[in-house]
Amino acid sequence: MLSKYEVVIGLEVHAQLTTDTKIFCNCSTTFGNEPNSQTCPVCLGLPGALPVLNKKVVDYAIRTGLATECTIAPRSIFARKNYFYPDLPKGYQISQFELPICEHGRLDIETAEGSKTIGITRIHMEEDAGKLLHDSSEGSRVDLNRACTPLMEIVSEPDMRSADQAIAYLKKLHQIVVYLGVCDGNLEEGSFRCDANVSIRPWGQKEFGTRAELKNINSFRFIKQAIDYEVQRQADILEEGGRVIQETRLFDTASGTTRSMRSKEEANDYRYFPDPDLVPLLVSEEWIEQARLELPELPAAKIERFIKEYDIPRYDAEVLAAERANADYYDALVKLHGNGKLCSNWVMGEVQRALKDSDLAIGDCPVTPQMLAGMLGRIDDNTISGKIAKKVFDAMWQSGKDADTIIEEQELKQVTDLSAIEPAIDEILAANPGQVAEYRGGKDKLLGFFVGQVMKATKGKANPAALNELLKKKLAGE
Amino acid sequence: MKITRAQVERVAQLARLALSEVELDALTSDMDAILGYVDKLNELDTDHIVPTAHAVPLENAFRDDTARPSLGTDKALQNAPAASDGCFLVPKVIE
Repeated sequence: MLSKYEVVIGLEVHAQLTTDTKIFCNCSTTFGNEPNSQTCPVCLGLPGALPVLNKKVVDYAIRTGLATECTIAPRSIFARKNYFYPDLPKGYQISQFELPICEHGRLDIETAEGSKTIGITRIHMEEDAGKLLHDSSEGSRVDLNRACTPLMEIVSEPDMRSADQAIAYLKKLHQIVVYLGVCDGNLEEGSFRCDANVSIRPWGQKEFGTRAELKNINSFRFIKQAIDYEVQRQADILEEGGRVIQETRLFDTASGTTRSMRSKEEANDYRYFPDPDLVPLLVSEEWIEQARLELPELPAAKIERFIKEYDIPRYDAEVLAAERANADYYDALVKLHGNGKLCSNWVMGEVQRALKDSDLAIGDCPVTPQMLAGMLGRIDDNTISGKIAKKVFDAMWQSGKDADTIIEEQELKQVTDLSAIEPAIDEILAANPGQVAEYRGGKDKLLGFFVGQVMKATKGKANPAALNELLKKKLAGE
Repeated sequence: MKITRAQVERVAQLARLALSEVELDALTSDMDAILGYVDKLNELDTDHIVPTAHAVPLENAFRDDTARPSLGTDKALQNAPAASDGCFLVPKVIE
């Protein structure tokens, strides 16, 4: 039944900016403090208090606009969006309506269906509302610490045609704002929130169907669930000859369904008008160019550079560049060591495994790129084998000591001149006459058994290549 | 008529104003007169005039992103009609 309809999705993302202070006052934005401790006459909405724009918020919005190929407006203004709700102290939210700071951007996404360009309608700056707590029997409690926290609302064109495309867009946007350092990207704490406008239409129909706005989706996984549910719901309505009504629906994470909010806000009329408390914002060419100069290397450029300069497969480059901190670690490591692929194997392998085991972010990795490069150098000069290196790595992780110290303390230097362990090899061959006979009878696979025995006897310190060669010789009866 | 009584009722509802019948009648005729006067502006050719966003010829008023001490919870709640555990207390809001 679904194949009868085409899905149309547009997304609105609210990204909380990482400024130290609020958008219109100097109260701190630190999360998790005593309720209402970070408030002042401006963010409490007390009469006579005047909002003044935080310049860094503008800077961050410009950077985001540049990174998504938006046009930066030379002149933009703030507007009041009027509605009543207890978490909104002034009775209006300061936002942008006409003349937002950024417009007409784009983001390229990749999905199994191929690549696609998603249009960005606009990016505007606004203040967040406070937080409502419903835990008391006395009534609802209001904490205004979050009120006036800076947000960027990033509105896409209705260009997505599947939940997968919506997720790809969100992940890409998330990656960009985190790379830019303008948003911490924490979905659980609500730093990156998404509303989805979803509608369906019969294939070939030009006009969009009536859309539902899905709110409260705070994970990439829920996006797919919410959209899939909503598409099916709308298709069922149309199949039964009904009409989809335009409404706001709340996604319920427990049941995986959406339900109508049916709040009085539905009849909203925000009566936007220019905020007389805030003067127009003029952004000069120089300001934009300065912001452009300060843009960090973005994921797409980084991936291409990794492939070209470090000679690694695209897959590796994409995994490494997915997170900026990870990419920076890898970049530092290759600059110290030189072998792009070996470094990539270690960062994607042992480093990630160890981080996961200890539940650490790469920024807190106890093995620095310097330490790891030092250890890789010991593999290069044959001081240790790749296998022993893993042991050294774990020891560096635990102790914080460098590789050379650990190799010396634990006597891990590999034995390349095998004459010293020849007696041990002879003993092993003598102790396993059956296997020796089988090997000589053509069972080549048994070589691994002998290598294992010798490694065990020498605590893994024998140089694997040299050992293989010597064992073959001895087994051949030479 | 520039404005109907129904429109005045709607605006009053949006602004959460409870108006009596007498007030509604008076406001309808007052607002009608005001809008009639504003209508005079339509006689001007404003096709090439940029809409005015602000009456004062000022732009780019900024503050630096430097935290300063806030009022603190006690002072913030000083004038609250009702408070509980450091929060403003309002009638239960159910979504």
